[in-house]
Amino acid sequence: MTELTRLTYGALRQKLLSKSITVKETIEAYLHQMAQTRSLNAFVSEYADQALAQAEESDRRIQSGAPRPLEGFPLAVKDNFCEEGMRTAAGSKILENFVPTYTSTVVKRLQEAGAIVLGKTNMDEFAMGSSTLTSHFGPSINPWKAKGDNADLIPGGSSGGSSASVAAFSSLGALGSDTGGSIRQPAALCGIVGMKPTYGLCSRYGIIAFASSLDQAGPLTRNVEDSALLLREMAGHDPKDSTSLVYEVPDYTKALGLSIKGMKVGIPQEYRPAGLNAEIAQWWDQTIQWLKDAGAEVVDISLPHTKYALPAYYIIAPAEASSNLARYDGVRYGLRVPGGTLDDLYIKTRTEGFGDEVKRRILIGTYVLSSGKYEDYYLRAQRVRQRVTDDFTQAYAKVDVILAPTTANTAFKVGENITDPLAMYLQDVFTVSTNLAGLPAISVPVGLSNDGLPIGMQFIGPALHEERLFQFAHVVEQAANFQLMRGVGI
Amino acid sequence: MINTLITTATGDWEVVIGLEVHTQVKSKSKLFSGAATSFAAEPNAKVSFVDAAMPGMLPVLNEVCLEQAVKTGLALNAKINLHSVFDRKNYFYADLPQGYQISQFYHPIVGEGYLDIDLEDDTSKRIGIERIHLEQDAGKSIHDVHPSKSLIDLNRCGTALMEIVTKPDMRSADEAMDFVKKLRLILRYLGSSDANMDEGSLRADVNVSVHRPGTPFGTRAEIKNVNSIRFIGQAIDYEVNRQITLLESGGTIDQETRLFDASSNSTRSMRSKEDAPDYRYFPDPDLLPVILTQDYVNHIKENLPELPGQKRERFMRDYGLSLYDATVLVSDMETPLYYESVVNHMKSWKDQKEAAKMASNWVCGELFAFLKENNLSIIDSPISSEKLATLLNLIGEGQVSGRTAKEVFEDMWTSGKDPAAIIAEKGLVQMSDAGELATIVDKVLVDNPQMLEQYRSGKDKLFGFFVGQVMKVTGGKANPQMTNDILKEKLHVK
Repeated sequence: MTELTRLTYGALRQKLLSKSITVKETIEAYLHQMAQTRSLNAFVSEYADQALAQAEESDRRIQSGAPRPLEGFPLAVKDNFCEEGMRTAAGSKILENFVPTYTSTVVKRLQEAGAIVLGKTNMDEFAMGSSTLTSHFGPSINPWKAKGDNADLIPGGSSGGSSASVAAFSSLGALGSDTGGSIRQPAALCGIVGMKPTYGLCSRYGIIAFASSLDQAGPLTRNVEDSALLLREMAGHDPKDSTSLVYEVPDYTKALGLSIKGMKVGIPQEYRPAGLNAEIAQWWDQTIQWLKDAGAEVVDISLPHTKYALPAYYIIAPAEASSNLARYDGVRYGLRVPGGTLDDLYIKTRTEGFGDEVKRRILIGTYVLSSGKYEDYYLRAQRVRQRVTDDFTQAYAKVDVILAPTTANTAFKVGENITDPLAMYLQDVFTVSTNLAGLPAISVPVGLSNDGLPIGMQFIGPALHEERLFQFAHVVEQAANFQLMRGVGI
Repeated sequence: MINTLITTATGDWEVVIGLEVHTQVKSKSKLFSGAATSFAAEPNAKVSFVDAAMPGMLPVLNEVCLEQAVKTGLALNAKINLHSVFDRKNYFYADLPQGYQISQFYHPIVGEGYLDIDLEDDTSKRIGIERIHLEQDAGKSIHDVHPSKSLIDLNRCGTALMEIVTKPDMRSADEAMDFVKKLRLILRYLGSSDANMDEGSLRADVNVSVHRPGTPFGTRAEIKNVNSIRFIGQAIDYEVNRQITLLESGGTIDQETRLFDASSNSTRSMRSKEDAPDYRYFPDPDLLPVILTQDYVNHIKENLPELPGQKRERFMRDYGLSLYDATVLVSDMETPLYYESVVNHMKSWKDQKEAAKMASNWVCGELFAFLKENNLSIIDSPISSEKLATLLNLIGEGQVSGRTAKEVFEDMWTSGKDPAAIIAEKGLVQMSDAGELATIVDKVLVDNPQMLEQYRSGKDKLFGFFVGQVMKVTGGKANPQMTNDILKEKLHVK
């Protein structure tokens, strides 16, 4: 049964369509694995009954010869995607008992394509964090361990439950959301593939908002092909999201295996600061070599405003969050702590309902939008955002794609860094520029550090060039031959 | 120029008034959700997930509301901004589910314009429009139903409002009231708002200050949420009085927000400038900037309905009406429709201007008097425009005199009968047979030899006496014009 969970969707689908196995058997295998790996705290809710019922439906469709594109795909969903009738808490106490009566567009599309939701995955509260340490439901644990050290490691975040689940074979693929790196960073730390699409490619309808102008849904998978398959079904215009792009979604799998010969890869010098982790630098060089071997031309480029991206991000994202989170007031849904007056109700509910990191960001956001500070902080950050975007535009006049490390370090231990918000914020240093510019990026595992932990590299592309990213990621995937099973002791 | 200065023992004061008029945009659904806009619904029956700010819900702009704002801007001679942005105005309140109101703070859809109001001396005054922007309304908090709880009704939450901001160009309560009246009429003509104050679909924040003529403007107080034209006038009068009294006794005006209390006809302080909330406006990241094309604006402009000012001008030009009559006839939506229908049905009148004048006299005279007496609006008139035109046609044909027609009108009002039937039934047909009339005139002259003698010796005024005698004899049915002509002939008047 375990072998079933090791298959790619392509291989699984072949077996399903040839009827050598059933969707029900597949889902049972995943539910078994989910139970076996419960100590990772990857899932905050499990939908075994619903998943099995859907498996039977999928089997009927296969029997009748009408399988859908993702028939029987065992999917985990980050807990900020609403699904009708299923508790959706976004890692927060304030929504601990919130059950939506509607389903997010992205989940709905995947379900309509035949994917089966196994459960909801843990995340940093309201997606604010890079570790899942800020979750009200406790941290998730990375399936990987450092060599000779049994200490629990963080899976990254905020989509840490999703990445832990995919790496631990308790789901074949997972949905995440990426506001400043929340798909790519945990993917890199767990040795899997994380795709953050162009802003507006996937609908945000039904996703609990963190920072509206940055949030974007994307898939976390064990290989590039599964990523392409999921994204194809997730993407596309949604009239219910005003920022959703009108765009005809291509078949991304067609990009896999295409040659990159003669194509240009930009290496941004700003991503190689003096103190960059030597092992990460080494794997970056290795990746460059693989690309050269495949016939690509490597070009040094500059993204001069990179150093301003992180501070700008930590103004814009909290500003939007401070406003987006105002609706959690204890009046209509979610946690309510009674108070003598309306203000008292607000204060008690929000004091008890939000964790420290969320409160910190609400305070920062409220401050940068306040009268007299707005021009100095928010507007200035928006100007930086434009410069960062311009940097990329100029770079893409010269290169087809940009290659950079996804993270500055490998996974750290549960308990490290939590007291130092700034150290935590620095986790996002390589990922936030992409969100500010609204560009697509994909993180692929390239190898292991000396102590045996995964390292990821990301390709950043021009807007709506996801196909090109899949093309390059696939080349690296082939060259790296990264073995997830080798490291994960499951 | 009307003098609007206020003179007290210490000298003259000038009053400065600016308005922020909030009016509900006429639209089937709300500004950013598909929920219906309706007053006559059970509480919380017209609320979408977006209105209730459920997690993950996103606003989608209702383009009808956008068009209504553009229409209104064009009717107020204003600049339409082809690029505008929705901002969030952040504050906490129980009937504001999102914790912010979506509004347009930095880049409104409509820029500067103007509206001319009529002054008593038949001149007009131009009131500048600063801007018009679209915004969401909040829900309703109900505090007086439950002893310890407040109830929330979100039906109104998310409905579209236009905020029309004037420049501080008004100098008296009358000017402010005239502005709102005229604005309301334009909104109704456009169909961009019902502008019904009773239903709260039009309310105004009134900014008032006073200063000595020739000196800079005084510190202003803002009176919030005044919801009738009469109250606007009362609030201004009270506030002007309060400010002048305070200044004359050596006090100073605080920049503050005040509330108007209709029961005591006074304003009271709500909060000072220092306590004003910091709304932390910023562009709503859930919405894209609104980009309009000039073609879109032009298309709306070409399809604007005739506005009250244009209609009044046309009535004066085409129908030869006086400024006064034309103003009265265009002062609501229904009267000009009724009026023009009457004119169009007056087929027996050769001269259209004569017919139009006659129709105007009857609509503004008899009809308005009867409507007023019975407390009816013109759409409820028991006499339709066609029937009134039939009566006026009978006058035009010489079948009935104007005086008799009034009697017929009264009968029509109560019986609902056709005017011709009433005339036949009551034998009110006008006597227009020249021979018959001549015989009667002869008889009147013979019967009044003394009067005839006096008339012939120079007492011209007695002409009217003979006309009266003819009318008396014929029971008022003699055709007055013919009676005059025959009498003149018999009396050798040249």
